[in-house]
Amino acid sequence: MKNPVELGKKLRAWIDLRTGLVQQAEEMADHPTPSSAASWWYVFGSGAMVLLGLQVVTGILLAMVYSPSASNAWASLQFINHNLPLGWYLRALHGWGSDFMIAIVLIHLVQVFLFGAYKFPRELTWVVGVFLLLLTLAMAFTGQVMRFDTDAYWGIGIGASITSSVPLVGKPLVRLLLGGPIIGGATLSHFFALHVFVIPGALLGLVGLHLLMVLRLGINEWPMPGRIVRRADYRQNYAALTRKTGVAFAPNAAWKDAVFAAAMILAVMACAWFFGPFGPSGQPDPTIIQTAPHPDFFFLWIYAVLAFLPPQLEIPFLLAAPALIVLPLLLLPFLAGEGEKHWSRRPVAILVVTLVAVTLGIFTNLGLHTPWSPVMDAWSSAAIPARYVKDRTPLERRGALVFQDKQCRDCHSIGGIGGRRGPALDDIATRMTVDQMVRQVLQGGGNMPAYGKALSPAETTALTAYLRTLNGNHLAPAVNPAAGIEPVNGTHPVAQ
Amino acid sequence: MSDPKHTHHEIAAEATDPRWQATPAEVAAAAPAATSRRSFLFKLAVGLNGLVGAVFAVPILGYLIGPATKKDADFNSWVKLGSLDEFPVGKTHFAEYVNPVVSPSDGETAKIACWVRRIDANSFQVFAVNCAHLGCPVRWFEQSRLFLCPCHGGAYYEDGSRASGPPMRGLFEYQHRVHNGALEILAGQLPTFSNEACNRKPQKPNAPENNPLRVLADDDAAGRRDA
Ligand code: FES
Repeated sequence: MKNPVELGKKLRAWIDLRTGLVQQAEEMADHPTPSSAASWWYVFGSGAMVLLGLQVVTGILLAMVYSPSASNAWASLQFINHNLPLGWYLRALHGWGSDFMIAIVLIHLVQVFLFGAYKFPRELTWVVGVFLLLLTLAMAFTGQVMRFDTDAYWGIGIGASITSSVPLVGKPLVRLLLGGPIIGGATLSHFFALHVFVIPGALLGLVGLHLLMVLRLGINEWPMPGRIVRRADYRQNYAALTRKTGVAFAPNAAWKDAVFAAAMILAVMACAWFFGPFGPSGQPDPTIIQTAPHPDFFFLWIYAVLAFLPPQLEIPFLLAAPALIVLPLLLLPFLAGEGEKHWSRRPVAILVVTLVAVTLGIFTNLGLHTPWSPVMDAWSSAAIPARYVKDRTPLERRGALVFQDKQCRDCHSIGGIGGRRGPALDDIATRMTVDQMVRQVLQGGGNMPAYGKALSPAETTALTAYLRTLNGNHLAPAVNPAAGIEPVNGTHPVAQ
Repeated sequence: MSDPKHTHHEIAAEATDPRWQATPAEVAAAAPAATSRRSFLFKLAVGLNGLVGAVFAVPILGYLIGPATKKDADFNSWVKLGSLDEFPVGKTHFAEYVNPVVSPSDGETAKIACWVRRIDANSFQVFAVNCAHLGCPVRWFEQSRLFLCPCHGGAYYEDGSRASGPPMRGLFEYQHRVHNGALEILAGQLPTFSNEACNRKPQKPNAPENNPLRVLADDDAAGRRDA
């Protein structure tokens, strides 16, 4: 028997003679990298790729058991969760892997943006990257549909409603999306084909292209203030820099990539193990309407934006927003292909990142709390705290009952419980006079429906009598400043 | 042989060994006649494949976009919601039906819900559960006489008109009729802005042309009952 090391070398040479791959891999590993780029800041791209690999592997394993049919999908998810040994863990890995992947892709994008890496000659790398981001989000959306539960059902409904507002082609687009006129069997199988074949295919292909360009153009050097990118001489400068400070990618930079990848996979495993899989929530039965559909974490901000848009703006916004968000991203390297790379010389870039991050953060946070949604069962489940009925007259207590019965609590909290769609009413008497309350209740206004048809005069009287007692910590009640002033010549002085 | 780099060089040298390559002169000499004929044949073959590809694509496209190009009438049909006495006068009732367009794998998604409002003995309104904002399921609140949406807080009055929140319009309404003592609706599609659910203004319930029982009486008088 020969020395196994010798044998390995022979085998390698044998394969290389026939494929050329060994040599190519070695060249890739050896490709010179400016030593400044062998940094911990440069690990996110490879991190995203490793997560893609994790998603492919766990995805295939899940597809072996999952049934992509509207009649069985939910049951097959329950089966994976509860009957298949470690099935829940596989689902959790795939779910958490997806969240990690979106997060890492976003971090990668921000890092590349702040380091000016999209500038000449890496414009196309950036553009492909933007498409990779979109495909990753498309995977997340279609993946949410694979978890075929109540949220998925109504989530597709929301997608279809948005699509339907496209002028002229709205109807065929909705039917293409749903695979028919309504959400049903074909809808899930359409989304399955997208999630498992079409989008991953595009994703893998574009990742290859992205990587090819990184290898061909070299890893972006660490930006320096005052080191200006010019089309005329950037490539010579980069070549000179790599000649001077270049190190082989492996092992000088690769070891950091590898450590990061391992840490990340460990983190995904820990989240999966300790927090478990996402859902499925209730069955995808459209007749079970006691539900408050909620999108996954990375789409919460859209959910929140949709709640806040004024109705008239909504359709223009929905139609324009994708273009308004994606186009600047695509055009960026062509509009700012030269110039400073360093963030300290690009205040606008920093401002943009901060603004976008704060905006997304605020909307996501709002999406977690949904203050605009009525708490549908507050009227029957949230009791009025005792101190809010203590020492009240019978009429006022009657009013408290009306307040509860007429579902006012679904939108208005008192004592901190109840909906937050409307203002909390703990101290409403300090802000409104009885007359104003009656008007507001009967005619509505602002965001409040009119209750004129749902309240009898007696109920209205009782209700306002009760609301009149809600004066916070015994603050002075609101008064009409004009009350008691005699009208002059039949007109009210205030009205003049 | 022990240095792998050396091996690569050998391989590379082998691959570019001049003995195996045509010299430029040879290539040039072979060119004129051959390229013109062969390049013509090649272009012909490419064109042929383009043609075959087009013929191939037509039915594939038809398969893909077939359902998208059908008319509403191909999907909609009259569905029975229940006999009239299931819907008490003055109440708004939850009702279910099985979607008329079914595929074997629909499972429970084939079941669809709607809200039936019986205004008086003779007049009805049937609302889609799908919020006219973005389609979340609205719930009826009997006491406050409102439909509320859990998603973004849209609210509608009992006649389906918009009360507040993000929706721009009232609830989607199904066309309905009374047929053989049962309430029927014209259903089959997801109610969205893009289909006819949207173009139908909420009916004025007491207008005679919208009074199903009156239509029924007319039908009876004429002795016909068309679908
Ligand atoms: S879906 Fe009903 S308010 Fe948005």
